[in-house]
Amino acid sequence: MKMMKLAAVLCASVALPMTAYATDLEVTHWWTSGGEAAAVAEFAKAFDATGNKWVDGAIAGSGDVARPIIISRILGGNPMGATQLNPGKDADDLIAAGLMQDLTELATAEDWATILRPKSQMDSCTLDGKVYCVPVNLHSGQWMWTNRKVYEDAGIAPPQNWAEMIAAAPALKEKGIIPLSLAEGWPIGLLTEDLIVAIAGVDNYVAVYKDRNMEMARGPEFAAVFQAIDQARQIIDPKTVVPQWNDAVALVIQGKAAANVMGDWAGGEFAVAGLVAGKDFDCLPGLGVEPVLGTGGDVFYFPKNEDPEVTKAQLAMASMMVTKEVQVAFNLKKGSLPMRADVDLSAANDCMKKGLEILDKGTKVFPNNSQMLDRDSLNQINDVMKEFFSDLTITPEAAQEQFAAIIEAAPK
Amino acid sequence: MAMSSATAINPSGAKPKPFFAPGRVLIYTLLIVTSIYYLIPLYVMIITSLKDLDQIREGNIFIPTMQPSFDAWVKAWSQACTGLNCTGLAPGFWNSVFITIPSVIVSIAVASISGYSLANWPFKLAEWCFTILLVGSFIPYQVFLYPLVIITREMGIYSTLYAVIFVHTVFGLPILTLLFRNYFASLPEELFKAARVDGAGYWRIFFRILVPMSLPIFTVAVILQVTGIWNDFLFGVIYAGPTNYPMTVQLNNIVNSLQGVKEYNVEMAATILTGLVPLTIYFLSGKYFVRGIAAGAVKG
Amino acid sequence: MSEMKRPNRLFRNLTSKLAASPMIFIVLVVFIGSTMWTVASSFTNIKTLPIFTPREFYDAFVGFAQYERLWNTPRWITSITNLAIYGIFYSGFAFIIGFLLAVLMDQKIRAEGVFRTIYLYPFALSFIVTGKVWAWILNPAFGLEKTVRDMGWVTFSFDWLTNRDMSIYTVVIAGLWQGTGLVMALMLAGLRSIDDEIWRAARVDGIPKWRTYLQIVVPMMRPVMITIFVIVASGSVRVYDLVLALTQGGPGNSSQVPSMYIYEKLFVGALAQGTAASSVLLLATAVILIPWIVVEFGKKSRV
Repeated sequence: MKMMKLAAVLCASVALPMTAYATDLEVTHWWTSGGEAAAVAEFAKAFDATGNKWVDGAIAGSGDVARPIIISRILGGNPMGATQLNPGKDADDLIAAGLMQDLTELATAEDWATILRPKSQMDSCTLDGKVYCVPVNLHSGQWMWTNRKVYEDAGIAPPQNWAEMIAAAPALKEKGIIPLSLAEGWPIGLLTEDLIVAIAGVDNYVAVYKDRNMEMARGPEFAAVFQAIDQARQIIDPKTVVPQWNDAVALVIQGKAAANVMGDWAGGEFAVAGLVAGKDFDCLPGLGVEPVLGTGGDVFYFPKNEDPEVTKAQLAMASMMVTKEVQVAFNLKKGSLPMRADVDLSAANDCMKKGLEILDKGTKVFPNNSQMLDRDSLNQINDVMKEFFSDLTITPEAAQEQFAAIIEAAPK
Repeated sequence: MAMSSATAINPSGAKPKPFFAPGRVLIYTLLIVTSIYYLIPLYVMIITSLKDLDQIREGNIFIPTMQPSFDAWVKAWSQACTGLNCTGLAPGFWNSVFITIPSVIVSIAVASISGYSLANWPFKLAEWCFTILLVGSFIPYQVFLYPLVIITREMGIYSTLYAVIFVHTVFGLPILTLLFRNYFASLPEELFKAARVDGAGYWRIFFRILVPMSLPIFTVAVILQVTGIWNDFLFGVIYAGPTNYPMTVQLNNIVNSLQGVKEYNVEMAATILTGLVPLTIYFLSGKYFVRGIAAGAVKG
Repeated sequence: MSEMKRPNRLFRNLTSKLAASPMIFIVLVVFIGSTMWTVASSFTNIKTLPIFTPREFYDAFVGFAQYERLWNTPRWITSITNLAIYGIFYSGFAFIIGFLLAVLMDQKIRAEGVFRTIYLYPFALSFIVTGKVWAWILNPAFGLEKTVRDMGWVTFSFDWLTNRDMSIYTVVIAGLWQGTGLVMALMLAGLRSIDDEIWRAARVDGIPKWRTYLQIVVPMMRPVMITIFVIVASGSVRVYDLVLALTQGGPGNSSQVPSMYIYEKLFVGALAQGTAASSVLLLATAVILIPWIVVEFGKKSRV
């Protein structure tokens, strides 16, 4: 039965435009580097095959540059056909204003709720029971990357978790090696959250970020997190803090630094440099403390359009993005995990396989921060942590209190 | 009130003095030393653009490479990928030209005439508006983004070239009006009075007397506007519509890509290439910085 | 034509009024409209989407809550302090260096066009990349400090970029490099609007050149100086890309400036917080500028 329904929708949304005329859909996104562009090309190829045309509107600079442009275009009455946008609370205003295409019918017909996992990612696309966006991949931010050779040269066993990495720091520093590389800005916020997950645990992280458990935010579990961050800032020389996350990863690749904490997208940098996981470097999910997986990811929204041909093409694109073939081809290029469990990913590298394993178990998977807290509050936490890192006169206790106050004031 | 604008652009001062006169040496030393400070970043950019990525990673930023290569320049101009389109900066070039030329002309025309009205034919409403403009020049641009979307939408020009010309005129207005108002106000008053006694009207005085006397300040205005508009990225993307995307969209995409290996050499080449147009205009229009125009006009 | 004596004041200088009407339209619609919208929005709790109808404003009204939050944010206080530091040092040095360069350029030198272009070219380049180049040069790990140390001066230290107390001054250095060329060009235009007769008269009276500049020429350039002041001061308030590319506001938040805060809040789903911060800047500007404008420009007009 399901297959019949699916086939019917596919006929309506895909086959018809082929027999009618091709519709051009402009797609805005911020994937502009080599690997990202190759991944987008897979989408474009598959979409063009439906008889429509993918008009690429790449705007680099992540949400910071693209967001005002996307919202202005929608407000001005000249929306793009489809757009990448951070899911979760950021997009809710646009949906509430009735500016986004409702995809519920398509999602029900294709049974996205069953074929796409994890549930949390589908939830972020759902508002009041209706589906407004298509999740296309999963990215997780909780990884520690270490250069094995650097440790071996120093006569230290490559660390398998955060505590061992900290313990090895003094010896490395003596040899003129940066024990932990760090980039200015949001990577500091990422490190903070990763340490919360690793030290206070997934459940407590969700309790504070999602359920706003203030006792927990001010309690001893989180105090331990701020002590750990205090240790980290003591071993980091401010002169070695670099401007961008990929500069920090490059330091590890070149052997100038021993370790870095970054999301799974860092794996692409190691791959490009020809380093092999498990031999040249280690990737440790959950900072090696506990294998966990946050489920951030990229999603596409479809601004409402009065032209029914455009709407038809939008549905065709949404449907195309979650097909098996496209999911495999896209995610292999992007270095992210596919949304579907029923695809063959034998071509994936070791780090991706580690991630898939955690995902399949499903026990230690938790929602992305932007699904629990609004971007404004997350940025305020980043501000506190940046100051804490660079100003050693701020005590861990003071930083914890500032952190808790932001959680307390955050809109539900 | 006859005056010749043909003679006005010829410098009327003495010929440059010999290079080695005492005192001259000091002047040239100062000029050259300061030039070095200004040139160091350009030097770093150029030598970086001639290196390959390994040399950038390993080498010192101040030391040039022994095997320079122009690959990064070719890539920046015609091959760099931004999203799906691997066409470099080249395709946006003409869009940038079509945005810049009318925007510069319209914004300078509106502002110079407003400044002229304020300096020489003032009236209360204009003076009040001018005060508001001056305060407005301190507001960060980003605050205007959404209101201007609504205004241009209501004017029916959103997502067209007209919208982006309008927006550049708006943002150029405070500084340019001030520039022209104050420059016109600093010119000898006798000129204006004499012209009115001769019976010259508003436009005649403006075009026949003030404009020819104000070439240096028009040059400064052109420098300001060409730079601002040519390098603008945000307004072009938001107001001009996707068919008119300027070259800076590609520049932003080359420079701002967050993931993957950073191609610093291509970034540097793309920046210099994008900057060549304003640079050329600075150099060419510089000859209008000449002394003696005012004197020439009085005598004429 | 229109300067004929007419009884009706409305029609006096009619051409002038018509010619200035585009400016008046832009001021009334764009500047006043946007300012009113900004101030009104700052009393609401709007997040991502701007609102424009009175009904929506009424529903979203929260009083002074955004302002309370603003003044309780350490980053905003740092930003305002940095703006003061940057404004004073940048404006001061831009005037001095710009004037000295213009005077040097005015000595009937050879290759004036070449020197002028050298001083002006930084103004033509994208902030993001030039900021990055300065970040390289000033970076102690591989820039100037390391180069000088490699050359043998091992104790040489220049770590302003990574030093919390000094990072805002690196923005001054890069800002001056970028902006003094324009100040020089404006000064040069001003210098050349001075009638040659003045110079001749000063020479005849035996006044030394440097005194002619300081005591005769500079006072005559007052209108141009005011223009430069507004350009430099408004440029300081709006400084954004340069900080972003050079320090990203770091280390920590030590080199943050108000426009970074405003931009971030406007577009991360805290629109009202962004408009509240802009309203504060607007009010401060108005309080400082309006009395001065009234005195400076309110003098009896020349016609």
